[in-house]
Amino acid sequence: MSNIKNAFAGGKAFIGFLTAGDPTLEKSREYILTMEKAGADLVEIGIPFSDPIAEGPVIQEADLRALAGHTTVEDVFRLVEAVRQTSQIPLVFLTYLNPVYHYGAEAFFARCEKAGLDGIIIPDMPLEERDECAGAAKRHGVDIISMIAPTSHDRIADIARVGEGFLYVVSSLGVTGTRDTINTDLKGIIDTVRSVTDVPAAVGFGINTPEQAEKIAAVADGVIVGSAIVKLIAKYGTEAAGPIYDYVKAMKEAALRGGK
Amino acid sequence: MTTGRFGPFGGQYIPETLMNEIHRLEAAYNHYKADPDFQAELKDLLDNYANRPSLLYYAGKMTEDLGGAKIYLKREDLNHTGAHKINNALGQCLLAKKMGKTRVIAETGAGQHGVATATAAAFLGLECEVFMGEEDTIRQALNVYRMELLGAKVHAVTSGSRVLKDAVNEAMREWVSRVSDTHYVIGSAMGPHPFPTMVRDFQAVISEEARKQILEREGKLPAAVLACVGGGSNAIGMFYHFIPDTGVRLIGSEAAGRGIDTLEHAATIAKGKVGIFHGMKSIFCQNDDGQIDQVYSISAGLDYPGIGPEHAYLHDIGRAEYVPVKDDEAVAAFEYLARTEGIICAIESAHAVYTAMQVAPQLSKDDSIIVCLSGRGDKDVAAIARYRGRDIHE
Repeated sequence: MSNIKNAFAGGKAFIGFLTAGDPTLEKSREYILTMEKAGADLVEIGIPFSDPIAEGPVIQEADLRALAGHTTVEDVFRLVEAVRQTSQIPLVFLTYLNPVYHYGAEAFFARCEKAGLDGIIIPDMPLEERDECAGAAKRHGVDIISMIAPTSHDRIADIARVGEGFLYVVSSLGVTGTRDTINTDLKGIIDTVRSVTDVPAAVGFGINTPEQAEKIAAVADGVIVGSAIVKLIAKYGTEAAGPIYDYVKAMKEAALRGGK
Repeated sequence: MTTGRFGPFGGQYIPETLMNEIHRLEAAYNHYKADPDFQAELKDLLDNYANRPSLLYYAGKMTEDLGGAKIYLKREDLNHTGAHKINNALGQCLLAKKMGKTRVIAETGAGQHGVATATAAAFLGLECEVFMGEEDTIRQALNVYRMELLGAKVHAVTSGSRVLKDAVNEAMREWVSRVSDTHYVIGSAMGPHPFPTMVRDFQAVISEEARKQILEREGKLPAAVLACVGGGSNAIGMFYHFIPDTGVRLIGSEAAGRGIDTLEHAATIAKGKVGIFHGMKSIFCQNDDGQIDQVYSISAGLDYPGIGPEHAYLHDIGRAEYVPVKDDEAVAAFEYLARTEGIICAIESAHAVYTAMQVAPQLSKDDSIIVCLSGRGDKDVAAIARYRGRDIHE
């Protein structure tokens, strides 16, 4: 069991996301700590990738900015180490499979362990291809966070059974990015998950307002927000700490309200 | 590990949202592959709409000029829409229709696959949207208008390097957004299983015909068959029925752009490493951090940082050879073929013609080789003129 369970120990969790190196690695460290101070229970760190096929325009552009600043995979490991100097907040990577494969799965997860990472989300590694990482991740104590989609249907139970850390329930079809409405039967998905596992289920994709967070938290164990935070970083650059703090605080409070 | 592997290559590395759909596609494809009615319907479309079988043309002038093996050209450029792409587009659009889909999407580089898909969609009554890198919509403006004439909507993709790779990214994003009524007609023998197998099967008609045709003409198998390789659909189609004939060399020509020692090429086998991208484990041009390279070729259709998984496998086991061909070499072959045989081929195909010009003289007059002329070159005329310093209006 990793540190991730602590994220869900205090009621409904708020999970924030940012792309490492956007606008700089030092600012990424500061913004992760800002999110923690504002009430975030876990932070997802995006390893910037040249071709993020599951991302909408907001995170695509953040990846491009981070890569234009020459952010490397090794830099992202150092970012985790820098956060770990002062914080034990659960941290997970969001990365595409190629950077992991290129690094070598064994070496990659050994480096994760050394840096103090808790889990990893790989959008282009479905259940059937889990063996690319499962062995190495287990040996080094890194949870593989599996994704469940609105189209998963008969696959939900199989995915949930091997779930580690938490399950990432994708709220809607499509790529990441804010949405006005979410029509998926999230309760149905989460009921299926709960029938086979007690691993917590958090919902992401499209969530950006406190009203949405409150509604989602009424059915799920946590709320994941990416693009809305990345938008603040795009807008305020190196001065985004204040806006991030206010936003995350409001979202965490909304999530807690949803849990009541 | 998933099925649909060629040795270690292939697989299904795609977002969870698409997994049930890709399983449905796999089941539907396996069903219709074995269905004589579907196969008869497809054959009728290929023969009576797309102009198959395509000619195996003896390039006598070229043969005489170069000396050595007899050069045959498999004339996929004479197919309806002017390239081999129609073989796959008709197959997949027919399959999509049988699956109850009402809409198809496609990526395109040179525009040939986009045109082929728009054509098949128009003919079969499907809605069609094509994703094309903005850079390519400029390089291949003629094909953009052709697609629009055929009733397709063309999206100019402005992300990344704005070429084929980015068009694939955007088509995948679109498919994840709207999967229930939409089939993604992937244009090359790449992507997640079953695409590499399915596209290969639809393109294998090239070598099925060519093998029969050369045996009729020469009474023996050729010494080599050649094709250009981007993702590798015409090449796998040209190679497939010759794979068991171990005496036949299989030679793929990949785009070396301004040279494989520069940063401007798309020579995946020469310079790439094994990786996982666009749904498959294969070989990709990538940097030391696993970021996918922005590649370059004069040919929009070969301007892709990866190669289909079956090619990666054929390379791995030493069954096929892959050689880099530079822009200037391809342009020289393009011009040479026009002057000697009176054939203006696609700049993609000219990469294979160049390799044929090197290989034929090394072989005996009793031997033959077959070059897949994957497409015609009308779309490239303005770009070649520009390359030669002349600006002509299309």
